[in-house]
Amino acid sequence: MLSFNFVLMTIVGCGLATWLSRVLPFWVLRKVKLSPRVIEFLSFVPIVIMSALWFENLFHQHLGHLPTIDFPNLIASVPTVFSAIISKSLLVIVIVGIISLAVVRYFI
Amino acid sequence: MDDILDTKTAVKDTLPTVFGYIGIGIAFGVVGKASGLNTIEVLLASLITYSGSAQFVMVGLLAAHAPFITIVFSVFLVNSRMILMSTTVARYFKNESLFKNILIGTLLTDESFALSMSKQNYTNGQLNFEWFNTANLLAYATWAISTLGGALIGNLIGDPEKWGLDFALIAMFIGLLYLQLISDKALNLNLQLIMIGIVLVLMYIGLIFIPSNLLILVVTIVACLLGVILKHAFF
Repeated sequence: MLSFNFVLMTIVGCGLATWLSRVLPFWVLRKVKLSPRVIEFLSFVPIVIMSALWFENLFHQHLGHLPTIDFPNLIASVPTVFSAIISKSLLVIVIVGIISLAVVRYFI
Repeated sequence: MDDILDTKTAVKDTLPTVFGYIGIGIAFGVVGKASGLNTIEVLLASLITYSGSAQFVMVGLLAAHAPFITIVFSVFLVNSRMILMSTTVARYFKNESLFKNILIGTLLTDESFALSMSKQNYTNGQLNFEWFNTANLLAYATWAISTLGGALIGNLIGDPEKWGLDFALIAMFIGLLYLQLISDKALNLNLQLIMIGIVLVLMYIGLIFIPSNLLILVVTIVACLLGVILKHAFF
């Protein structure tokens, strides 16, 4: 059994580590002016991170070997992408996504 | 989405994304309880650590009786991509007070980041404290409540994945990615499509030898560098 004190210490330690990576850039950027090259670099962050967060879920990792494909997530992604193109509404996209995966899991 | 940045619009913009993390929050509550934490500890993890996927890592390592330093460092690595997101967002708040900057940073998440980047395409590159803070607070409250809910009903619902809810988050990223794609005026559409292809290839190759939690950060840095090079060479 884990002691409450150790769990609490870990929660606070992890919270602090996370908080610093979230807040330090806000603090530093008030004093430092970014070069145009860095701003250009940052302009790619949104599209790259969003793609990466999606693709991470399309594979299963086996370190040292090729990743395998997560077929339910891949198949459910197809109607989700179409619903995005057609509706351009986040709510519709999320609902279509949930239903898609539920249907896929029902058949697989 | 429109160009208004008041509280009401923020709630309207954020609500669809909330569905993305209700399922994950419940899942965290269930997993946390199953890993040997009590309800209070599960709730505190969401209120204090507040870091989505990294909380699962934390709980997993706690259950494995890993040392304190190992857990904190792992969580830092998993969340280090936040540094890039914070740096991107901070530029929109340079003229606000330090206090407001710290508040925005403290509650910044993958979801509110992605949503804000989508939003600023509709507002001519503007974001304000009122809109962002509302989006952040709504996300924070939803995360805490759904985690608590998951911890309380944990034993009843069993595996949260069987409800398809875990896909809500993925669907949200797909949606935000598409909205970004069609509305980002700073980057050429073809370049953006090429970037998505590059990320796919980098993720696939990276998964072979980089632990997935660290991979997002590595891929983001490499892909953004490639993007800058491509933009100057061909666009």
